[in-house]
Amino acid sequence: MIVMEQYLTQYIDPYYVRIAVLLGINIVLALGLNLITGVTGQLSMGHAGFMSIGAYTAAIMSIHAGTSFGISLLGGALMAAAFGFLIGVPTLRLEGDYLAMVTIGFAEIVRVVFLNLDIAGRAIGLSGIPSETGFLNVWLVAVLVIFLNTRLLKSRTGRALYAIREDEIAAQASGINTTFYKIFAFVIGSFLGGLAGGFYAHYMTYINPQDFGFMKSIELLNMVVLGGMGSIPGTILGSVVLTLAPEMLRMVAEYRLLFYGGLLVLMMIFRPNGLLGDVRWYDIRKRLARNGVKSYGTA
Amino acid sequence: MFWQQLINGLTLGSTYALIALGYTMVYGIIQLINFAHGEIYMFGAFAGLFLVTRFGVNVFVAMLGAMIFCMLLGMLVERIAYRPLRGRSSRLSALISAIGVSIFLSTLMVLIRGPQTDRYPDTIEISSFSLGPVQVSSLQVIILLVAALLMLGLQVFIHKTKMGKAMRACSEDLDASSLMGVNVNRVISFTFALGSALAAAGGVMVGLYYNAVWPYMGLMAGLKAFAAAVLGGIGSIPGAMLGGLCSGVLEIFGVAYLASSYRDAIAFGILIVVLLVRPQGILGKPISKKV
Repeated sequence: MIVMEQYLTQYIDPYYVRIAVLLGINIVLALGLNLITGVTGQLSMGHAGFMSIGAYTAAIMSIHAGTSFGISLLGGALMAAAFGFLIGVPTLRLEGDYLAMVTIGFAEIVRVVFLNLDIAGRAIGLSGIPSETGFLNVWLVAVLVIFLNTRLLKSRTGRALYAIREDEIAAQASGINTTFYKIFAFVIGSFLGGLAGGFYAHYMTYINPQDFGFMKSIELLNMVVLGGMGSIPGTILGSVVLTLAPEMLRMVAEYRLLFYGGLLVLMMIFRPNGLLGDVRWYDIRKRLARNGVKSYGTA
Repeated sequence: MFWQQLINGLTLGSTYALIALGYTMVYGIIQLINFAHGEIYMFGAFAGLFLVTRFGVNVFVAMLGAMIFCMLLGMLVERIAYRPLRGRSSRLSALISAIGVSIFLSTLMVLIRGPQTDRYPDTIEISSFSLGPVQVSSLQVIILLVAALLMLGLQVFIHKTKMGKAMRACSEDLDASSLMGVNVNRVISFTFALGSALAAAGGVMVGLYYNAVWPYMGLMAGLKAFAAAVLGGIGSIPGAMLGGLCSGVLEIFGVAYLASSYRDAIAFGILIVVLLVRPQGILGKPISKKV
């Protein structure tokens, strides 16, 4: 694997490798948030908080405890999942925008705590994190996450989550334990957030609380909504578009964010349900198959 | 010490309350968290600054000018970014659109004048006098008075005028009011104008009080004001006033007695605790779900 990694970095422009790595990280993050917000319908606007918990935990483990990369990643992800559980349990009483506010508040508190924590390097940030993340390990995990996510959403559990989003009362009346499934979505979503955070920390080798501010949470939410809520292909597409957009917009230099903001508004006006609305892999395959038959028939 | 901090807290809180009113009014009618509201507040602060430095007008005139400017800006934003989405998309798309506007406006301000911080020239003489053990500056008195006047005016407007009645009807039930002949689009537009004007007044006063305006000032202020609106019970106008004052006072007390470096966390920490005990906020009515 190390040989292949070297091969890659030797023959491909490091700039592209960098974008690809960040894209892989963003996909894992966005899929985690998609599970909470897109699939289960619980508006979370503080996903960067889980990411930063994962990033800091993994980084501190690597630096101070000298654990191996895999263990640090797992530690970060588990820590984030634990906080997801902690935030998930009491907030289940809250709905919609109240929940959104609590998640924003949670992420802000996490940010301020890391700004004041000695072991996290306070405002200077944490540097000297071993550089472990590469194209291959990120994408290996990203593909695995995509695969498992697809399986999950097709399962009984996945359908229960969709049911909660569509109508919580009806779901409850149909015998779905909504409390359990909401916490489940929160825990898995924050686990993925923490995992991606660990990758991010070991890629950048330097992290700062400001990396995981409100705008990062918003960026992740944009990926989920832009692609199409609750759709895995949509979320991936959203991550691709929003990871590449800032790079593409480099040519407009300082007007970059102006375009970015304007594009968000236009996208929502013209595609209010996201680029790929509730499309699933299954629908894409079906459509491709149908097209195939058609062209065969008319030929 | 206690009374001093209370006065400082009330001053800060009254500006939060002015911003929170805009969030709560818009939310009450169209259930949208207007994320661009913080940026409107920032534009208000800059509009006031512009009027003071360029035309050398009185601070109060500048505040009035900023309010009018932001009214127009608020209506424009509603017209361009929210109205096309209304009724045909989920609330989340409207939220993303609002975020887009917020990013757009703050970047626009950076492009217009650069990211640096500006300060208001010393146009009003600030004298401080002591009230028993408390030092009160004339600026604090002005801020408290203006905020109180604006909020009182809002209450009178909401309860005594026809438009106010229409606004209350819309927040009760948008579809039913539309059937009763209320021009819903006009009411919504007006709500945005009113909320933006209050935010602009808040912006000018914060600019004067902290002597600093910068293009990203809207983000944190907007978040905290939104937190205040939720704290008071979102959708409730007295709730926003109370929530704003409470979070201002608690924030100042937190800084004074607990830890100043945790300033931004305090506001949100209180909010989370309150919501866990009272999920609908202090003055919010519990919503019973219809099946």
